[in-house]
Amino acid sequence: MLIKAPAPADARPSEITPETVYRSRRRFMAQALAGGAGIATGSALALPSSWLEERAFAPGADIGEETTPERLATEYNNFYEFGTDKDDPASHAHEMSIDPWTVEVSGEVAKPGKIGIEDLLAGIDLEERIYRLRCVEAWSMVIPWIGFPMKKLIERFEPTANAKYVEFQTLYRPDEMRGQRGFFTSIDFPYVEGLRLDEAYHPLAIFAVGMYGKLLPNQNGAPLRIVVPWKYGFKSIKSIVSIRLTEREPRTTWNVSAPHEYGFYANVNPMVDHPRWSQATERRLPSSLFSPNRIDTRMFNGYDEVASLYSGMDLRLLY
Amino acid sequence: MPRFLPKVAVFALFALPLAWLASDIAREIAAPGSALGAEPGEAVVHELGTWGLRTLLVTLLISSVARVARKPRLIQFRRMAGLWAFAYVVLHFTAYLGLLAGFHLDTILGDFIKRPYITMGLAAVLMLIPLAITSTRGWQRRLGRRWRQLHRLVYPAAIAAWIHLLWLSKVSYLDAVIYGTLLAVLLGERVLDAVRRRARAVVRSN
Repeated sequence: MLIKAPAPADARPSEITPETVYRSRRRFMAQALAGGAGIATGSALALPSSWLEERAFAPGADIGEETTPERLATEYNNFYEFGTDKDDPASHAHEMSIDPWTVEVSGEVAKPGKIGIEDLLAGIDLEERIYRLRCVEAWSMVIPWIGFPMKKLIERFEPTANAKYVEFQTLYRPDEMRGQRGFFTSIDFPYVEGLRLDEAYHPLAIFAVGMYGKLLPNQNGAPLRIVVPWKYGFKSIKSIVSIRLTEREPRTTWNVSAPHEYGFYANVNPMVDHPRWSQATERRLPSSLFSPNRIDTRMFNGYDEVASLYSGMDLRLLY
Repeated sequence: MPRFLPKVAVFALFALPLAWLASDIAREIAAPGSALGAEPGEAVVHELGTWGLRTLLVTLLISSVARVARKPRLIQFRRMAGLWAFAYVVLHFTAYLGLLAGFHLDTILGDFIKRPYITMGLAAVLMLIPLAITSTRGWQRRLGRRWRQLHRLVYPAAIAAWIHLLWLSKVSYLDAVIYGTLLAVLLGERVLDAVRRRARAVVRSN
């Protein structure tokens, strides 16, 4: 199992091991002793609740920053398909059915297809990644995700030489996603996000299926989402039903909705302010009443190792 | 029934949201994270701002209802409503300065200049200040006719407050649409009233 060494940009490791890490270490060792994980049988169209327990995953490298309490990360977030308030996703996401769940892979690939979620993930090794999450609204958290590098999955479908971008789409099901029924919203559903293929292939970019040692709750993007930690949170699209390889830059939801506020790249950048607020600092949650717990925002959210992806680009223009 | 009782009751009504918020703040201070969510400062500022706009609209509503329903006695509550609106707006502004900007002068001045929705909010606050100062009977007497003219500032102030809300809405315009509709109705009623008065004046002068 690969245990990633902290990247140079990470803050110095703390001496305290977070609960999730030692928990998953214990599970990892117990499963190693038991002779490896059994492969779940049954429907290949949904992830049974035991799916994660039957799988060993390497614990995430400590990044020396306090992990956000699980309750906060799962009850305070944006998922506009369920409403625009931060507590809407936790209140309404249970209305979304994730069984069965299929993902369509299409576009510039040699092996397109529509695949049940369990088959899609078959044979993929999981690992934990503790990442900073920086929202474009200037708040941030630290979340332990469970997932795997995006490249591992995308390569299976054999992108053609024309494939330059990857476009993702969230489930569109207004019956179960009340935010998609709203009138007074300026964004169009289904939600679309995208990355340049070399961004998606960067080892930091992952597909996630779990967080805090468990399968993803619906409100955080079950059963499959991406996490791209050096970009603003809205790039990390949730509850994915379509992965499409394209030659042209995808038309992404926020970029279409307000192009002067949200760019295609959306790299975390303290030097480029949002037109309505500064991006130089962020509120690390939870904050308290009399101190907003404001810290400096770092270029690429502190993940300097991605800088080479953008060499020669003017990131003030391509924000 | 004592004559002051209705005023006390209305006063208490306007104080209710503030009392509610104060109890949330007290609980939040006793046990952080218990009452005001992940961003308590933001929640307090938002709540005070919402009630500032609501009470401002109620103030405008009082005059309209008094006219339309021919209940001129309702006007006795208007000053109190206006002062409550001012109180919520000032608390909202102060909470922004302290809880969000941390009384950090550079941040605040930067916001005033660079963030149009904050500039608009500031404009609303500034327009309300002379109205609060001259709300007393003494000032009313002293200013005479000009008092009425001065107090028309409440209209641009309400419009500025509404634009402030509109511009800070990231994606859902539902709130802005609801308050905007109400504001449009209230301003429309005044235009209609002015037109009718003028027509009547013309008839009389003939």
